[in-house]
Amino acid sequence: MMALVFILSGCEPLLVFDSKGPQAARQANDILLSIGIMAVIVIVVMVILAYILFKYRASKLPDDYEPPHIEGNKWVELVCVGIPILIVAYLSFVSVKSNYIVESTPEGYENQEPLVVYASSSDWKWHFSYPEEDIETVNYLYIPTDRPIEFKLYAYGPISSFWIPQLGGQKYAMSDMVTTLHLAADEAGEYMGRNANFSGKGFAEHSFNVTAMSQADFDDWVEEVHETAEPLTEDQFEKLLEPGHLGQMTFTGTHLEFSPAPEHAHDSMSEEEMEDMEDMENMEHMDHSGH
Amino acid sequence: MEFLERFAIPHPSPAIYASMVAIALVSIGIVAGLTYFKKWGYLWREWLTTVDHKKIGIMYLVSALLMLFRGGADAIMMRAQLSAPDMKLLDAQHYNEIFTTHGVVMIIFMAMPFIFAFMNLIVPLQIGARDVAFPRLNALSFWLFFAGAMLFNISFVIGGSPDAGWTSYFPLAGNDFSESVGTNYYMLAIQISGIGSLMTGINMCTTILKMRAPGMTLMKMPMFTWSAFIANVIIVFAFPVLTVALLMGTTDRLFATNFFTTSNGGMDMLWANFFWIWGHPEVYILILPAFGLYSEIIATFSKRNLYGYTSMVASMVLISLLSFLVWTHHFFTMGQGALTNSIFSITTMAIAVPTGVKIFNWLFTMWKGKIRFTTPMLYSVAFIPLFTIGGVTGVMLAMSAADYQYHNTMFLVAHFHNTIIPGVVFAMLAGLTYYWPKFFGFMLNEKIGKVTFWLLTVGFVLAFFPMYITGLDGQARRMYTYSEATGFGALNMLSFVGAALMAIGFVTIVYNVYYSFKNSSRDIGSDPWDARSLEWATHTPVPEYNFARTPQISSSETFWDSKKNGHVLFKGEIEEIHMPNNSGVPFVMGIIFFIAGFSFIFGLWVPAVIALIGIFVCMAMRSFEKDHGRHISVKEIKETEEKLGGAK
Repeated sequence: MMALVFILSGCEPLLVFDSKGPQAARQANDILLSIGIMAVIVIVVMVILAYILFKYRASKLPDDYEPPHIEGNKWVELVCVGIPILIVAYLSFVSVKSNYIVESTPEGYENQEPLVVYASSSDWKWHFSYPEEDIETVNYLYIPTDRPIEFKLYAYGPISSFWIPQLGGQKYAMSDMVTTLHLAADEAGEYMGRNANFSGKGFAEHSFNVTAMSQADFDDWVEEVHETAEPLTEDQFEKLLEPGHLGQMTFTGTHLEFSPAPEHAHDSMSEEEMEDMEDMENMEHMDHSGH
Repeated sequence: MEFLERFAIPHPSPAIYASMVAIALVSIGIVAGLTYFKKWGYLWREWLTTVDHKKIGIMYLVSALLMLFRGGADAIMMRAQLSAPDMKLLDAQHYNEIFTTHGVVMIIFMAMPFIFAFMNLIVPLQIGARDVAFPRLNALSFWLFFAGAMLFNISFVIGGSPDAGWTSYFPLAGNDFSESVGTNYYMLAIQISGIGSLMTGINMCTTILKMRAPGMTLMKMPMFTWSAFIANVIIVFAFPVLTVALLMGTTDRLFATNFFTTSNGGMDMLWANFFWIWGHPEVYILILPAFGLYSEIIATFSKRNLYGYTSMVASMVLISLLSFLVWTHHFFTMGQGALTNSIFSITTMAIAVPTGVKIFNWLFTMWKGKIRFTTPMLYSVAFIPLFTIGGVTGVMLAMSAADYQYHNTMFLVAHFHNTIIPGVVFAMLAGLTYYWPKFFGFMLNEKIGKVTFWLLTVGFVLAFFPMYITGLDGQARRMYTYSEATGFGALNMLSFVGAALMAIGFVTIVYNVYYSFKNSSRDIGSDPWDARSLEWATHTPVPEYNFARTPQISSSETFWDSKKNGHVLFKGEIEEIHMPNNSGVPFVMGIIFFIAGFSFIFGLWVPAVIALIGIFVCMAMRSFEKDHGRHISVKEIKETEEKLGGAK
């Protein structure tokens, strides 16, 4: 099956099968497994169809042949239901298991402290905030290899989908809640990342570069950024959010300080609403003090 | 001047100006032609005011074919734009408009009227009824669909097309990110035709439940009628969700209600949920009647009864129930967590079981049969393996963890075209060829039909199979361009070649109609295919009352029984037939709905309110009107029967 995939893609593995992290590897395995099982089903259907068409075409049958009346057969139908149920049950088992795997810290990395990166999209850029390192980048992402990465995703504007095919599948970034995506890179290298969910005029170019490097190189980079980059101000961030495309940018500090992620939006009252309440109370106090 | 500016196209191009001129010229041509040939009266009496299910069916059919070409033009432009890296044929904005209108037109204004065409044409004949239960409501359904379709289609010359995708996800579709009136068109046009669809749902359910000929128990209904029944039950449950969602979306855009906005307590995820709670059942609304048509065609051309009738019905009922339990699989990536995704992953895969049963039943229907490879049968035979591939890729997509990689990619695009084209479109073309003689009195040319079939099938495979590969290689859907470095070029070029073949295929259908109209024999009898079910038991062309005497039903293949086993279909004397009167009100209501929709789209409140009042006036008039229909005398029936080749 893998061979087929290689041939189809001109001997270079397709991006989704060229996995560089445990999550992408798990997904690639699931995909190949399902392609295999599904190919068998398709072949069985085609063989039966070809046989029937060949054997029972009118031109090969005697003119006086009258097809019989057949209502159906309990056993045949039981087989036609039973085998698909078995296949679906097996695939469901695999699917459920994989769900829990891709939705938690990558296998083999459970003991390590994850690197938390806030990835927020705006029209049509990606902002990466590293709260622990106190760094923010635009349109490029540096990550250490052999360490779990916990992406916190949200959006300023339309629903976007954060996707680095070689590290793992995508997840939505939305403006009213934060979603979490667990990834990890096994190998150093440069990978393509993009928004996969249509978000308007600049969608095709809504992409970013991912560079995975050793922890030591990553630490060097963090240090270098702190030495060379300018701090990110609120005004500047507002400007960055304006619709359009930007190149790669680097800042110290993160926008999380003045424009926090919508983390508790629907579970409880959002911070914004809290502030509104406080404002109203203050106003009431002011009114009272006016009297 | 300021007032007129709002109707201008925000993002014009020479192609759009050319279309404006073309639309104006065609309109003038139609008006001039009707006047010159003095056909206004004919048009009004025979078509605009008709309540005859067959004529309404034909109008649905013509509209669906027109919309097929509109949506197809969008498709070929998209494939051309993506045929090579960094193409400059379309810019991002035009590409976005085109894929949005392609999706909406193909689903709402092509596939839906196509299935309604067959339901209208076939269901009353298959159950031995004179018409549908509510003939005037049926006309209203059609005119609402037509008003919606026209409203949607003028968007690209007046005010600008919608550009937020056929799914129109908020907040992208909200005022903040879609400033033009395009998305208003989306909301109102789909709303108007959706109300029509809901009425058809109620009408067809009532018809099938209450108007079957004596002896036709539920389990003796022909399979197409069963599929139409289930599809209409789904319509009745699914379309209200769309109606409400569209209303909320409309008020969000026009009156700032903030249901789906990202501030003031709105929730963008709500739209996605509502949309797919309608949207997933919608795909079964389309595919089940297609299954019904295949069942009729495969049985006829295998010269065998349908294998496993009971399990066919049971599987459709099961599919209809499951169709409401899977909507979340359209956004596994929204962050619901592993448990929710697991549940929806399993319910989605479960649909494969009843669908698989149907595939095997069709195979066993051909087994020990006597297979004739006519054009409708060719489509059905190609459908089985192609739809199986579409189905199994659906199971692959249902594996939610893996879906994180398929989602929003060309793999998904390949999958749903792989189910919709061999599933729905092939069924419609097979049905068109199969039922053409019943309604037009001549056969379509088989040779040209087979050329069409091969062009479409080869074109389909070339156009869509490469997308499975580019999807797995990281090509996201809805990207208007890609760089050479991605390596998507060659396969996208192949897709374009396939799309071009399909385009040629569709043109050959038009040529076939023209050629057959000129050259085909008109002496074909009432049963040219040696068919099995009741719709073939009446004359060709079908008289307005369908059957002179009510047929007596023996089984789901009652016509076959009458041909082979001596079952007596028609007993007793011809009696007077009670038929409904024509009415211009549905057509007028269609126009008023169109005006109301247009006024809301542009925020013209005075005409909007007047039009809304007009709608209620029409409804009130209908409530107080006393119209008991008319009776066709025995003498007149006998004359008609005589003319059509003697009473059967």
